[in-house]
Amino acid sequence: MAAKNIVYREIANQRAIWTLLALCGLFIVAGAGAHLTMEHYGHVITGMDNRIVWGLPHVFAVFLIVSASGALNVASTASVFGKSIYKPLAPLSGLLSLALLAGGLTVLMLDLGRSDRIIVAATQYNFKSIFAWNVFLYTGFFSIVGAYLWMMMDRRMNAYTKHLGAAAFIWRLVLTTGTGSIFGFLVARQAYQSAILAPTFIAFSLSYGTAIYLLILAGACAMDERPLGDAIVGRLKNLLATFVAASLYLVAVLHLTNLYFTRNHGIENFILRDGGIFTALFWLGQVGIGSILPLILLLAPAKVTRSNVLTASAAVVIGGVCQMYVTIIGGQAWPLNLFPGYSVSSSFFDGEVHNYAPSIWEILLGLGGVALAIAIVFLALRLLRFLPERLDDATLDPSHAHAE
Amino acid sequence: MSEENTPEAPATQDLSRRAFLGVSASAAAAAAGFVALAPGVKLMELAHAQSAYPAAGQFASSKIRWGMLIDTTKCATGCSDCVTACNTENAIEPGSGRPAQSSQWIRKIELKEQAGGHRELSLPMMCQHCANPPCVDVCPTGASFKRADGIVLVDRHICIGCRYCMMACPYQARSFVDEPLHDQNPEVPRGQGCVEACTLCVQRIDRGLGPACVEACTQAGHGAMLFGDLNDPAGEIAKRIATTASSQVRADLRLDPGVRYQGI
Repeated sequence: MAAKNIVYREIANQRAIWTLLALCGLFIVAGAGAHLTMEHYGHVITGMDNRIVWGLPHVFAVFLIVSASGALNVASTASVFGKSIYKPLAPLSGLLSLALLAGGLTVLMLDLGRSDRIIVAATQYNFKSIFAWNVFLYTGFFSIVGAYLWMMMDRRMNAYTKHLGAAAFIWRLVLTTGTGSIFGFLVARQAYQSAILAPTFIAFSLSYGTAIYLLILAGACAMDERPLGDAIVGRLKNLLATFVAASLYLVAVLHLTNLYFTRNHGIENFILRDGGIFTALFWLGQVGIGSILPLILLLAPAKVTRSNVLTASAAVVIGGVCQMYVTIIGGQAWPLNLFPGYSVSSSFFDGEVHNYAPSIWEILLGLGGVALAIAIVFLALRLLRFLPERLDDATLDPSHAHAE
Repeated sequence: MSEENTPEAPATQDLSRRAFLGVSASAAAAAAGFVALAPGVKLMELAHAQSAYPAAGQFASSKIRWGMLIDTTKCATGCSDCVTACNTENAIEPGSGRPAQSSQWIRKIELKEQAGGHRELSLPMMCQHCANPPCVDVCPTGASFKRADGIVLVDRHICIGCRYCMMACPYQARSFVDEPLHDQNPEVPRGQGCVEACTLCVQRIDRGLGPACVEACTQAGHGAMLFGDLNDPAGEIAKRIATTASSQVRADLRLDPGVRYQGI
C-alpha cells in the first residue's frame, strides 16, 4: 500500500556527503595506521596484557557486531511482521546492519595477534568453538542480508522479500545468541558463565541497533533536507523504549541471579560497588545514561520531541559502549578464583584486580571501525537508491492519522 | 618414563668369499627393485637421518597420560628454581613492556588460608594439561590441541592470536607474545602474536627426559615435583596418587587436569 508511490533517490548533497566521507576517511586511515603500528611493534604498545587480553578494540568490535543485528529491526518489522509503514525504511536497515558488521569485524580481525593469518580462520575450523560458529554466522549474515536487500530493491524479486526477511530475522537472532555465548560459555570467568548472557545480548542488540538506526536515518534525512514524519519517528521511539526497558530488565536479572550465589558476591560487589571506573561506568554509563535517561526522555513527556528521541538514541549508544566496557574489561579485571578460601599472590598478579588503560592505538583502531561503518552507509546512500525521497507521514502511510 | 635411546653398535662381520658372492648376487637382484623404490625410500631415510629423535608419533601414545604431582609441603616460599629452569630451557626472557606483558609459562603462587591458622603455602602453577581442556574447546582454528599423550599444546602455524583460549583457561596459564622475540631455542618455536603456555617440555619428553622444572627441583634437593605417566600403575607418580591424598585445582570444573597437588 504505502510503498507503491515511494521514490528512492541517492543522497544529492555532494558537499555534505563528501565532507563526511573525508572525515570518516581520516579516522579510517588513522585506524589502519594504528593497526600497522600494533602489527609491527606487537601488542606490547597497547594497554592489553596477559590479564586483560581483550581490550578496547573488542569493546568497539562487539558493540558494532551486536548493533548490526539490531539495526535489522526495521527491515524485520516490515517483512516479517508485515508493518507496511516500515517498508520504505527497510533497505537502509539492511544496509546499516551490513555496514556495522563490516566495521566490527574489521576491528576484530585487525586486533588479532596474527591478523595476517586471517585466511587460516576461514580454512581451519574447530567446530566445537563458538568463535568458529561465529565465523559462519557472520558470513551467513552477509549473504542472507545481501540477498534480502536484493529482493527488497529489485522489483522483480519483491515477492521473495518476506521469505528472505524471515531467514534474516532468524539468522540475526542466532548470530546475537552466538555473540553472547562467546562470553556465556567461559566457565572460568565469574563475570560471564551465565546462559542469560545470550538473551541479554539479543536485547542489547535490539536496543543499540534501533538507536543507531534512528541517528543514521535522521542524519541522512537532515543531510539531504528530506522530510521525516513524526509518525515513523514515534513508532521507532516506542520500539526503542521497549528494547531499552527489556535490556535493563535482563541486566537486573543477571546481577540479581549472580547475587543469589554467594560465590559470586566478590565479582558482583566489584562491578556494582567497589570497582572504581567499572562501577562508575555501570551505574552512570550503562544504567544512568544508557537506560534511565532514554526511558525518561522517551516515555515521560506528554509530547516527545524529535530532539528527545535523538538525544535518547545517542544516550543509548553511549550507554552501550559503557556496557561493553564493563562486561568485557570489567569481567577480566576481576581475578580468577583458583583457590577458594585462600588469599593469593604471584608474579602474574594472581588475586589482584587488574588495571587497564587503553592506548591511543586501540582507541584509533576502534574509532576506525566506527568510521568504516559510517562511511559504508553514506557511500552506499550516495551511490545507490536506498532512501526514499520523502519520509513524511503522508508518503509513508496515508492512514497514519488513524493508526496513531 | 621412557628409556634413553642408545643406538646399537654395528655388528662386525667376517664375510667369506662365498658369502660375499652370495650377498653380491642378492644385491644385484635387489637392484632392479631398488631402482623403482629408491627415491621414496631414500627420501624417508634422509628425513629420519636428519632427526636425532624417533619418528613422529612414536612417543605420543594414547596409552600414556603425562602428568605431574606437586608436593606443596616441600615447595618453599621464595624458591623459584622451577621458574628459572623453565625460562632457561624454553628461552623465555622478560619483555620490554610491562611485567604483565611478559610470558610466564610457570609461576609461583603464594597462598595464605583466610580462616583458621592462616596456613601459608607456596606452589608452582602452570598449564594443567587438562583431559578436557577449555582452551582446546574454544580455539576457532584448532591451534590449541591435546596430544595423544595428554600434553596440551599450541600449533604456532595456525594460531591467529585471538586470545579466546586465554579467556577460557581457568588457571591463567597462557601468555600472549606481545613483541618480537630474539635468541629462541630452536627446539621451542615461539612467535609474536601467538599464544603459548607450558608444553611440559615436550621437546625433552620426546627425547626421553622429563620437564626442566622437575629436573631442577629434584637436582636442588627439594623433591617437590614428580613427573610421569599417570596411566602406568607401576610408575611412581601413579603409586603416589593412589596412596596419598592429592587434589586438582578447580576440580569443580571437571577438567581432569594432569597436574595434581599434594598438601592443599
